[in-house]
Amino acid sequence: MQRIGVFVCHCGTNIAGTVDVKAVAEALKSEPGVVISTEYQYMCSQAGQDLIKAAIAEHKLTGIVVCSCSPRMHEATFRKTAAAAGLNPYMVEIANIREQCSWVHKEMTIGTEKAIILGKAAIAKVNLNAPLTPGESPVTKRALVIGGGIAGIQTALDIADAGFPVDIVETKPTIGGKMAQLDKTFPTLDCAACILTPKMVDVAQNENIRIFSYSEVTEVGGFVGNFEVTIKKKARYVKEDLCTGCGLCTEKCPQKKVPNEFNLGMDNRRAIYIPFAQAVPKVATIDPDYCTMLKTGKCGVCSKVCTAKAIDYQAKDEFITEKYGAIVVATGFNPISMDKFDEYAYSQSPDVITSLELERLMNAAGPTGGTLLRPSDREHPHTIVLVQCVGSRCAACAEKGKEYCSKICCMYTAKHAMLIRDKYPDTEVYVFYIDVRTPGKNFDEFYRRAVEEYGVHYVKGMVGKVTPEGKKLKVQASDLIANKQLHIDADLVVLAAAIEPDKSARPLATMLTASMDTNDFFTEAHPKLRPVESPTAGVFLSGACQGPKDIPETVSQAGAAASKVIGLLCKDKLTGNPCVAHSDELMCNGCSTCANVCPYGAISYIDKEFRMPDRTTKIRRVASVNEAVCQGCGACTVACMSGAMDLKGFLNKQIMAEVDAICK
Amino acid sequence: MHNNSEKQKEQLLRMSGVNPLKCMKCGKCSATCPSYDEMEYHPHQFVYMVESGDIETLRKSDSIYKCLTCFACVDRCPRGVEPAKLIEALRLSVIREKGANHLKAEDIPALIDDDTPQQAVMSAFRKYSK
Repeated sequence: MQRIGVFVCHCGTNIAGTVDVKAVAEALKSEPGVVISTEYQYMCSQAGQDLIKAAIAEHKLTGIVVCSCSPRMHEATFRKTAAAAGLNPYMVEIANIREQCSWVHKEMTIGTEKAIILGKAAIAKVNLNAPLTPGESPVTKRALVIGGGIAGIQTALDIADAGFPVDIVETKPTIGGKMAQLDKTFPTLDCAACILTPKMVDVAQNENIRIFSYSEVTEVGGFVGNFEVTIKKKARYVKEDLCTGCGLCTEKCPQKKVPNEFNLGMDNRRAIYIPFAQAVPKVATIDPDYCTMLKTGKCGVCSKVCTAKAIDYQAKDEFITEKYGAIVVATGFNPISMDKFDEYAYSQSPDVITSLELERLMNAAGPTGGTLLRPSDREHPHTIVLVQCVGSRCAACAEKGKEYCSKICCMYTAKHAMLIRDKYPDTEVYVFYIDVRTPGKNFDEFYRRAVEEYGVHYVKGMVGKVTPEGKKLKVQASDLIANKQLHIDADLVVLAAAIEPDKSARPLATMLTASMDTNDFFTEAHPKLRPVESPTAGVFLSGACQGPKDIPETVSQAGAAASKVIGLLCKDKLTGNPCVAHSDELMCNGCSTCANVCPYGAISYIDKEFRMPDRTTKIRRVASVNEAVCQGCGACTVACMSGAMDLKGFLNKQIMAEVDAICK
Repeated sequence: MHNNSEKQKEQLLRMSGVNPLKCMKCGKCSATCPSYDEMEYHPHQFVYMVESGDIETLRKSDSIYKCLTCFACVDRCPRGVEPAKLIEALRLSVIREKGANHLKAEDIPALIDDDTPQQAVMSAFRKYSK
């Protein structure tokens, strides 16, 4: 028989205002096992905790029930209190008489009655509680960062700075991501390359960082502290250790008609290429879809000109398996496809471009050498229309756009408008907006400068359609403030396309058993209080894979993710949660139902030898729970048909006892 | 009066199936409208005026007949508000009260010639009959 203490909290007037706490303490005194029942104004305060500790010692309590706020709030507090007094912390139960009782009821009699019932249920459960001890598992002191954009770069640098080895896996031949493609960055207008490329060099030179470029994660196993990851190094047909990045091959390659993805297809590159001058690693890559040698066996020019003998046409994909303690997802974003926005004539006219294409057209390393020229005739545009929210905030057209606000477009559109007016004052720039959203340090001031100092025409309203006519683009739009329909003959139309998570995110989330929202953004463990952790232990989030973000925000989140990883890798051992699933092997029939419903991949099946009643032995297939992976969600206990699965701390018989106590 | 406009609003929303609260006031409907210059009140104003109960003004305006029922606004609206359906409901509610069809099915064959697109006849029929 347990010796139970009941402690009823007033929570000031939060509880005492609608619950007669004295009556509750009195009523619970006569419950089975209860040896002391008392109340206090603030049970979570030092004085309240001391009261509990004293009662544990004085009455030799074996279990306690605290009638207070939600266990989310103070369960951990009271478990620590119990542990300090020498009681197993899992002998503590919380009856939530605040959120689920006093806050929802207005009448004292009803509130009191319900509080007593909730208290009885908790007592019934404690009567069946058993002390639990959390297990321990070791930590592999190495981190994996998936994605080599600014988010991944910053996370890797911060983890490496703390002295832990980090691997970056990047699908492209170089790290740098989207930021490497940008021209200038808001709100300070410093050039993206000037602030990014030194960081890329830092990554390359850091002894703690390994870069797996042109590589992908293909398999993830294990659990927090002990992940085992398979990385595919795609064949680049160039030996990374020999290539000096001299670029001679990229000049001599006769295959000149390959659309250059770094410039979004606005110019061409060779079949062997280095994406851009500051690429890290600065190593050439052969594009097997275009290389004549790989396709027909006739060419070999690059191999002939390479003095370092780095070309290897026989190269094959390589697979590497490595152990990691923590994984950071930094897979980033892409602008959505504009193909379905027929009204803006994106696929009809080369002079209707996306904002990212404009970045390349304004970039000194871009296809026009930084001079803003129309893609169609390479003439200087004089009237430019910038359209915001193309595909963002689009609730009606799920196949076209996205329901969310893409967050970064207002600021980069203001930046584009300003840069164009600054460089080409003879150009008229119109920005069509629904709302201008500029929350951020110096952000609104930046947008106002575009209007007040640079004379950009901001028009409240949307563009309805764009029609190519001769050399012009006829833009028909609303001016809602003037209550007019505008007709503008534009030379260039720039669409601020919505952004979406990279397509690699969804299969990666499946491998990591990390959850995503309906838009394929990774879900954080708590939207406010745990923004850089995935609900899956040991998996962290950095940058736009979690939601649309600008560079300052991405960098701060990257640092936050790194600090969480460092916190994890600093530990020699991880303490688990003892409230995990447990299978009664004698009852398990080996049906696999539990393994199929487990969202964390914590259940596997083993063949085990059993001694039968007739003294023979038999090998049976039974479920085995990996306690380090199990998150204690209980899905398996409900799915198990033979009743073999049970959740420690929430045993079926404990839940039934609670229900019985409530229904009595 | 207030009660009356509330009733009218409820009827219009039921007839059209439009929820004006979905509107984010971007003006793309009016930006895309080919009949914009003919209309005293423009598609985005219809949505707002119905929402704020200013329905009598719309009922008296010529704009309800100027709408071409081309449904460009319905197609382009990013929020799925469907302004043309609201305008159509308004027009129908006015016509119904007047009684008698303005365009009878029997009159249609006489109206059809090689220059008139069938779509125009269809939409005239939608607009001028109960």
